[in-house]
Amino acid sequence: MKEESISRILRTLPREKAFYFFTSIGNYTGESAASLKEFMGKISEANLKSLEFHLYRGDFEKWIAETLEDGELATEIGNLRSQNYSGTVLKEHLYNILTKHYEKLISKF
Amino acid sequence: MREATRALKFKNNSLALDTTDLKILEALQEDAKQTYTAIGKRLGIAHSTVYDRIKRMEQYGIIRKYTTVIDAEKAGAKNITAIMTIYTDPKESEKVAEKLCKAPEVLEVYTSLSEELQIIAKVVAENQESLHEFIANLVAPLPGVLRIRTSIVTKKFKETQFSIGNDQKKLTFIRETHNKMGENKP
Repeated sequence: MKEESISRILRTLPREKAFYFFTSIGNYTGESAASLKEFMGKISEANLKSLEFHLYRGDFEKWIAETLEDGELATEIGNLRSQNYSGTVLKEHLYNILTKHYEKLISKF
Repeated sequence: MREATRALKFKNNSLALDTTDLKILEALQEDAKQTYTAIGKRLGIAHSTVYDRIKRMEQYGIIRKYTTVIDAEKAGAKNITAIMTIYTDPKESEKVAEKLCKAPEVLEVYTSLSEELQIIAKVVAENQESLHEFIANLVAPLPGVLRIRTSIVTKKFKETQFSIGNDQKKLTFIRETHNKMGENKP
């Protein structure tokens, strides 16, 4: 991956492009993430219901692919969906994928 | 003197309404397509009086507009309605409310102060997905929005507008006040 692409993935987005955490349709938790680093942090603290809600709707994948423009990470998270994880197990898997991917990007940067 | 002070409560933009005005409003709220003659006949007054009173209430903004109440379901619209409670930073709440007012999806906007400052809004959307898209993309990102609770309406038991005719206490009170003041002779 080119340095330019990595820099793009790691950028901080404007507020309107951030990821907003909901627990169900229309119920916003008040938490949002405007960069991959912030997203990682929010995932580690997020409400479990919120993680399940977004993962199984494909919201994480969509935001990572379309807004952060990180196709590789989006695919990894998409694969997690087929595992049918829930609760803390889901949170741990999600967080592991994100931290590994983030560290890989940082090491190449 | 006391009666005169109490009568001021019914002034709206410097126009004091009397029983005839209220009865005209009541008639219009029942059917705004009625002619001045029909209203006059019903109230026992000249159609020119009805015309003058209506024009005056229009000028003062008491009659804001004439509209059509449609049954959206019968018209083929399969919309969902939701009530959003938006908890806001008090410094930003006015701006949030103003932004919401501009969105066509939002039908009504109110502010309320309980433990925290809240904005309550009635929203319509084509389906749950478009409701969520609207809230996630346009409401949650507004500066000052702290969190949002949304309830989707599953069954409507009543929906109506404030009717002057339903406010019997006010009608009776005005009638009595004007009778005492000699302004409303039967």
